[in-house]
Amino acid sequence: MSILKKLFTAVRGGAREAGQAIVDANGIRIFEQEIADAQNALQRAKKSLTEVMAKEMQTKRKISALDASIAEHEAYAGQALEKGNEALALEIAEKIGDFEAEKAENEEVLAGFSNHIVQLKQQVKEAEKSIKENQRQLTMVKTTESVQQATMAVNSTLNTNSSSMTSARESLERIKQRQQDRQDQLGAAKQLEADTNGDDLKAKMAEAGIGDTSPKSADILARIKAKQNS
Amino acid sequence: MELNELSIKLASFETEGVSFESFLIANEGEQDVLQVIVDGNDELPIFVTQTEEQLLCISYLFAEDEVQADMRNELNETLLRLNVPIPLSAFAKIDDKYAIFGALSVNSSFDDITHELVTLADNAIDALEAVTIYLND
Repeated sequence: MSILKKLFTAVRGGAREAGQAIVDANGIRIFEQEIADAQNALQRAKKSLTEVMAKEMQTKRKISALDASIAEHEAYAGQALEKGNEALALEIAEKIGDFEAEKAENEEVLAGFSNHIVQLKQQVKEAEKSIKENQRQLTMVKTTESVQQATMAVNSTLNTNSSSMTSARESLERIKQRQQDRQDQLGAAKQLEADTNGDDLKAKMAEAGIGDTSPKSADILARIKAKQNS
Repeated sequence: MELNELSIKLASFETEGVSFESFLIANEGEQDVLQVIVDGNDELPIFVTQTEEQLLCISYLFAEDEVQADMRNELNETLLRLNVPIPLSAFAKIDDKYAIFGALSVNSSFDDITHELVTLADNAIDALEAVTIYLND
């Protein structure tokens, strides 16, 4: 059964006493050990994979060297035949036979290595997947545990703190009141600043056309026109 | 970041026009919990807990018995629907309390954490305001 399903069942049951672990500590330790074992197995699989891959490369190199030798000796045999030296050609042909036998052997070995590599890669992939999955599940269990422990700690603090006994509605009202107070304070501070700077009075006077009123463009234009006409 | 280190940093920090108060709840040998108060709203403290992978920030909203009995299903349904649109936070239930929480990677930067805390605090107030119609008078 997956951990999530276990958690789901436990939560649904609801009969759990506060702080009772969903998965016992021993279960977690076993789970952690399983993950550690899988990680070791993975390391070993990866190491043998690199070893086998190295051997595969060596064997491939050997086969191409043998191919080169075969081609080379076939040319020699041809030259021997051209020179009418059938006996030498036969000797060379025997040598080619040896090379071909060796190549066949190596090809067999190579096939073995290649198969082994496919298998190991599959194993590594599966191990990685299973480790990741187990870690994810373990995280879920541990988080649940942590939240339980944290909740207990929080509850013991809240119970000694009288403000926690208030209802959510009251809490909200207090917060809203505080926000309103702050806004009022801010508004009052702005008002005070405006008063001190005399901004407010100046604005009122300007509106009434008293004091330093800025000349209106219409007035300026009228003044220019008056000058032209004189 | 260790919780006590976070607490020290929060004390002298201000972001998005908001300041923080925090203190570590002593929990001998068990899970450490940091209580964080954002912007003076001590009615809705945020409890920060660190696990191997995550930094959990939880704010308790209201108790189950504060919900009007005949509206419980509707409330649960509404909270489920709000889970996706609400930024960075999700609703949850811990024992008999409804909560709002955010989970961060333990590798989060200090800025990420403070952003989470500020957002969570705002979300908590907004959420509480939105669900009062479901609560007992």
